[in-house]
Amino acid sequence: MTALLETGGLSAFYGDFQALFGIDLSLEPGDCMAIIGANGAGKTTLMRAIAGTVVRRTGQVSLSQRDIGGLAADQVAALGVAMVPEGRKLFPSLNVEENLLIGATVAQKGPWALAGIYDLFPVLREKRHAPATSLSGGQQQMVAIGRALMGNPRLLLCDEISLGLAPIVIKDIYAALPKIRAAGASVIVVEQDIGQALKVADHVHCMMEGRITLSGRPADLARDAIHDAYFGTVSAGTGHAVH
Amino acid sequence: MLFIDTLVQGVLLGGLYALFAAGLSLVFGIMRLVNLAHGDLIVLAAYLMLLVVTVLGVSPFVALLICAPAMFALGWVLQRFVLNRVLGEDVLPPLLVTFGLSVVIQNSLLETASADSRRLPAGDLVNASLPLGPVNVGVMPLATFLSAVAVIMALQWIFFRTALGRRFRAVSDDPVTAGLMGIRPKSIFALATGIAMIVVTIAALYLGIRSNFDPAIGPARLIYAFEAVIIGGLGSIWGTLAGGIIIGVAQTFGAAVNPEWQILSGHLVFILVLLLRPRGLFPRAYD
Repeated sequence: MTALLETGGLSAFYGDFQALFGIDLSLEPGDCMAIIGANGAGKTTLMRAIAGTVVRRTGQVSLSQRDIGGLAADQVAALGVAMVPEGRKLFPSLNVEENLLIGATVAQKGPWALAGIYDLFPVLREKRHAPATSLSGGQQQMVAIGRALMGNPRLLLCDEISLGLAPIVIKDIYAALPKIRAAGASVIVVEQDIGQALKVADHVHCMMEGRITLSGRPADLARDAIHDAYFGTVSAGTGHAVH
Repeated sequence: MLFIDTLVQGVLLGGLYALFAAGLSLVFGIMRLVNLAHGDLIVLAAYLMLLVVTVLGVSPFVALLICAPAMFALGWVLQRFVLNRVLGEDVLPPLLVTFGLSVVIQNSLLETASADSRRLPAGDLVNASLPLGPVNVGVMPLATFLSAVAVIMALQWIFFRTALGRRFRAVSDDPVTAGLMGIRPKSIFALATGIAMIVVTIAALYLGIRSNFDPAIGPARLIYAFEAVIIGGLGSIWGTLAGGIIIGVAQTFGAAVNPEWQILSGHLVFILVLLLRPRGLFPRAYD
């Protein structure tokens, strides 16, 4: 089986500052990958480098073996990559339904349409004419996820979807993930919450200072090793530290 | 009686200013671009219509139908190949480029069309009037005003009722996130400027029929347009109509007191609004 997404030696820069150092990743179709790491580890930059919103990148990014490393964000989106950006980034001038519809601008053929999103998050149906930014944080996150799904993406990038939300709300939002995967999307979730990441992912990669410091299946990773990879502490860990 | 008459004439004059301003407001609202050549583009459109009227022997209203698509194309090309290259964090480059464009348009018109005053011929319509309640209103001022309302309503409809309008608003809110949705902001900008040039052509029709024009009058139209946009609140389409009407009414009342005060009183009201409501009367809630 060929990988849906592959990066090889992917680096990214903000001006003179290098935020990513040679990231190698591979995501099989249907898989869910979690990227964990502390603030500033480069997780969001990695999502941006894949989605094409980082201005300066070097290295390879390919989607189903097609090179997308040189494409602009709108071209990457048109190939079926959708992002739920950090901080949700809903459009304040658009109401809930308009935010969802704008996600369908370059929609692929697929199962998701307005009705499907409203079934996934019923509260959005009641609020569909409300300004998107008048909703609670959790509801706004649902809009952001729904907006990404409206494009029927092959690959869904979820950047910190639990950030700043109450645990009960996080549970509701993550409850949607199995349905999203069942409908055909492969998923990458970026999380600071290690427990949540280990629960939902088939593969976990831990990042620190722009590099991947640990990779593996959740069952194979010892808590100590994750702790070391996450915080950069050195101890007699048992995980498969990469460098 | 005189009061009502002055008020009505002022409101109708405001329609012309709103037409001058609507395209400026649209472009500013979507891409934060202040087009200093806006007034000159109106004059350019007027000359283009004069050319069509002269060569084909049609009425200015028919010329509008021919010139509007041409101006749309010009706006699209201008945005796509010139203005998109200078849009960015820094507001100065687009200002300089549109200022230069203003000079280029004025001098090109001077070279090709001479400095003579011209007018679009509309026959008896120019002097026709009809009784409206207690006052007589000119047919052309009334048509101008109704066109302004129609243009504002059409822009409002595009903005809030169409998929294109959704994209306009999304790009205006956040171009980076709009990119993630598969929208290319610069393509949206080119369409917006194209639409603004259609509005410019409609403004040019009434400018050219109602008064003389020559290559140098663009910047003065720009001032009125600016004032209307700022009084109404940046980025608000209905606000632009209100702003145009306020300037129009201020001018006719100033002129009623003393004809020399017409232009001055419009500017004074503008300064007054700027002092009392720096963000305009109907500012967008979000910026």
